[in-house]
Amino acid sequence: MKDIKLGDLEETLLLLVGILGQDAYALRISEEYEVQTKKAISIGAVHGTLNRLIEKGFLTSEMGEATAERGGRRKRIYSITAVGDTALQDSKDFKMSLWKQYPTLSTGNLNFEF
Amino acid sequence: MKPDRSNINPPKYGERLLSKVLKDDLLEEVLGDLEEKFHKTAHKYSKIKARRNYWYQVINYLRPFAIKHFRSKSFNNITMVKHNFKISFRQLLRNKAFSLINIGGLAFGMVVTILISLWVQDELNFNKYFEDYDQIVQVMRKDLYDGETAINSANVSGLGALIRSNNWDQVEDVLMVRWRNQDFVLSYEENKFRQVGIFLEQNGPEFLGLKMIRGDLSALKERRSIILSQSLAKKLFGDMDPMNKMVSINAQAELLVTGVYEDLPKNTKFAEATYFSRVEHITGDENMNIWSNYNMAVYLKVAPGVDYEELSNLITEQSKPNFNKFAIEAQLSFLLHPMSDWHLKSEWDENGNPVLSQSMKFVWMYGAIGVFVLLLACVNFMNLSTAQSEKRAKEVGIRKTLGSVKKQLVFQFYIESFLYSFFAFIISQGLLYLFLPWFNATAEKDIVLPWSHLEFWFISLAFVLMTSILAGSYPALFLSSFKPISTLKGKINTGKWASIPRRALVVFQFTISITLIIGSITVNEQIQYAKNRPVGYSPKGMLTIRPATPNFQEKRTILADELMKTGMVAATGASNYPVTNARGWNGGFTWEGMDPTFDKSFNTIKISHGYADAVQMKFISGRNFDPTLSTDKNAIIINRSAMEEMQLENPVGTVVRWAPTWKDPESYTIIGVVEDMIKESPFAHTYLSVMFLEEKSMDWFFIRLNPNQSASIAIPVIQDTFDAIFPEAPFDYHFADDDYAQKFMAEIRIGELANFFTLLAILISVLGLFGLVSYMTERRTKEIGIRKVLGASIASIWQLISKEFVILIGISAMIAIPIAYRIMNGWLNSYEVKTNISAKVILLSVIGGLSITIITVSFQAIKAALANPVNALRSE
Repeated sequence: MKDIKLGDLEETLLLLVGILGQDAYALRISEEYEVQTKKAISIGAVHGTLNRLIEKGFLTSEMGEATAERGGRRKRIYSITAVGDTALQDSKDFKMSLWKQYPTLSTGNLNFEF
Repeated sequence: MKPDRSNINPPKYGERLLSKVLKDDLLEEVLGDLEEKFHKTAHKYSKIKARRNYWYQVINYLRPFAIKHFRSKSFNNITMVKHNFKISFRQLLRNKAFSLINIGGLAFGMVVTILISLWVQDELNFNKYFEDYDQIVQVMRKDLYDGETAINSANVSGLGALIRSNNWDQVEDVLMVRWRNQDFVLSYEENKFRQVGIFLEQNGPEFLGLKMIRGDLSALKERRSIILSQSLAKKLFGDMDPMNKMVSINAQAELLVTGVYEDLPKNTKFAEATYFSRVEHITGDENMNIWSNYNMAVYLKVAPGVDYEELSNLITEQSKPNFNKFAIEAQLSFLLHPMSDWHLKSEWDENGNPVLSQSMKFVWMYGAIGVFVLLLACVNFMNLSTAQSEKRAKEVGIRKTLGSVKKQLVFQFYIESFLYSFFAFIISQGLLYLFLPWFNATAEKDIVLPWSHLEFWFISLAFVLMTSILAGSYPALFLSSFKPISTLKGKINTGKWASIPRRALVVFQFTISITLIIGSITVNEQIQYAKNRPVGYSPKGMLTIRPATPNFQEKRTILADELMKTGMVAATGASNYPVTNARGWNGGFTWEGMDPTFDKSFNTIKISHGYADAVQMKFISGRNFDPTLSTDKNAIIINRSAMEEMQLENPVGTVVRWAPTWKDPESYTIIGVVEDMIKESPFAHTYLSVMFLEEKSMDWFFIRLNPNQSASIAIPVIQDTFDAIFPEAPFDYHFADDDYAQKFMAEIRIGELANFFTLLAILISVLGLFGLVSYMTERRTKEIGIRKVLGASIASIWQLISKEFVILIGISAMIAIPIAYRIMNGWLNSYEVKTNISAKVILLSVIGGLSITIITVSFQAIKAALANPVNALRSE
């Protein structure tokens, strides 16, 4: 749905969730984010945005397995919902259509006046 | 590779902080993520870095979405509240009978509280109509007689004149008002009315700040002027403009109407009068600056910030040169009585110290009753709600299982009690509207429902909220503490301890009710006791009239003769005072053999021939005045009290010498003794009285109707006769028995109000009891069923249920009796003539309380006892 806007961080995290698949829990997502964007982010910030995405209906979550490093605690695995998928697709389409209209140097649609 | 975790752990304070602060459902995943990160960092970099990073992560988790109790951005609270209301409403409808009882009881309680608050407010707002309320004081006279201080409001005209002439800065204005209100007949053309009026100085309207509808505040500057109240103007003149018309007073004088003022509200001084005129008419101009006649009330308008004691001392000092011998002996001094104290704080003890007045006592008493009744109603509500809510234990269990937090449950129940309170409030407004006219009539007030005042709605809202919190707190907290498992299993933890608060509440309710019952009965007994006193004359079948005409003296005998001729009249007589007060006191009586210490005054009145027959005095010994004996002009008749006070064994024939200060001494012979006549209050002892024979200057005329004629036939004939002889005066007679009945009005009013409140208290308690019994029997249906199957009789089951309540009532009675006894004794002691709180009264009250209880309980008990045990046992 085009009327629910997707913020920049939200879109990035949403894509990362799709990329990480089964490994998409808050900590991993934040680490991947730092790797991809070369910028630091706290787990809390990621978690907050993921929460917002759940509220918007783009993500769903369920508890995964516990490991020893986590002190025996389970992790929450996020996955994209159909709605989220549509939102991502719409956003991508929108951007692509804009990019197609954008005058690039290679196609020479500059209106220079010589 | 297994990470080496043997002695590295994330900072436990961090974990603790998060567990305290974070939402419960997030805690696990967050702590897990953080610990994993910690170990990764520790492994990759160092333990120190790991710890630093851990705290960094902790701080970053202090975000709104994660913190406990933080409202989620999406408000589902409104939905929740709507749900609460919906459920409450459904509950209400589902248990219609219960809800009705609950709401009804609460509504009644509210009605009582509101009525009483309005009444108290009216009492406390007395005289606030006057603009200069804060500045007006009355100058009171303080005398010392026989070691006792008496404080009075009657002063001499010289006092006002003196204060005025001194022109002190502290006194802005002075007003003198004739101490006694006058009862005159005002007439305009054919309209004649006897009305009470106030006679004061010309600055009266301005001093009081009367709101003039016609004319202005200087209306009384002419001597022969009069200002009328709005309602009197309407009576006399209809819709015609009364200004500059002449009204005649007692057919003697003519006054010009120079103004009309807005009616004074009932809770104001001077409201009993309907006109104001110049005092100089009554006293004469020459008597407006004398120091010998105590016939003026003196009012001052004091400048702001003046010390009253200082000013009163100043006045006393300045007045001293004018004091006569008696004043000096009595150490006369003055004190200033502020307007704010007039209504409720006008009683002093024998040392001159202000003492709690009767009126103030009533304010306190009614206030207390109001609070108690409201408490009763709330207690009821609590009891019933709790009882009923035990049926909803299962609902509570399910809600909790589905995830309700205790707070949500508490909120649900508060919403319910709010809904109930709200409905109760609406109903109470309707009831108020119905009851208010009766209440106003009984309490003699003009209370208006304050629906137009915004403050009323604010206070009411607060009131409803407070009631719902007060009444709803117990059930809300009690219910939400249920354990889901026990409720779903059907086990409700209501052991012996759970029913104790409930029982305590019942005892509380009935203690109040029984106390009120005792109180009511005592008040009624007291009234009856005074009513049963022998009156000493026969008010029934007797007319009293005070003809308002100067011709009365000369034509009185003509009137008497003409009336006798009509055959409608058995006897007529006249006196200088009516039978309804004991005015006319004189001392200076001496006789042979009298006790030298005797210094009492006698109630002295003058009566004409025929008086004794007209009022039907009862002679104990001796005879009436005889018209044929000319020596009777020095004869007197005394009453029983006089005979006893004078300690005369054979009073008839005793010679009494009377030496009053204003006449030459004369000797009189006692020719007869009559029974005491109750002239003033039936609640006070009768006075010693002496009656002289007099045929001149009598103001009051008494007519005894022929007992063989009906009043409706006799009175018109009498009226025609009167009108023929005195066309200028209205035939405004009174029935003597109506006048006598008036003396009980104050007490009857108290009685009626007490009865009303008692009835309400009983009603509320009965409602509560009824609800409670219903609940208890319902709970025990199975038990009763089994008992019946095993052969229990209806009577034994009835007894089973009733027993518990009877015991509770017994306890209430034991508490109530001493309390009621103390309070009623205190009230009774303020009367000279009083009944006592006999065992009969107490017994009656207790039996009353018990019967009410038993009847209420029996309804349900018998229904339960008669129920088919099969149905009871089948219900699972």
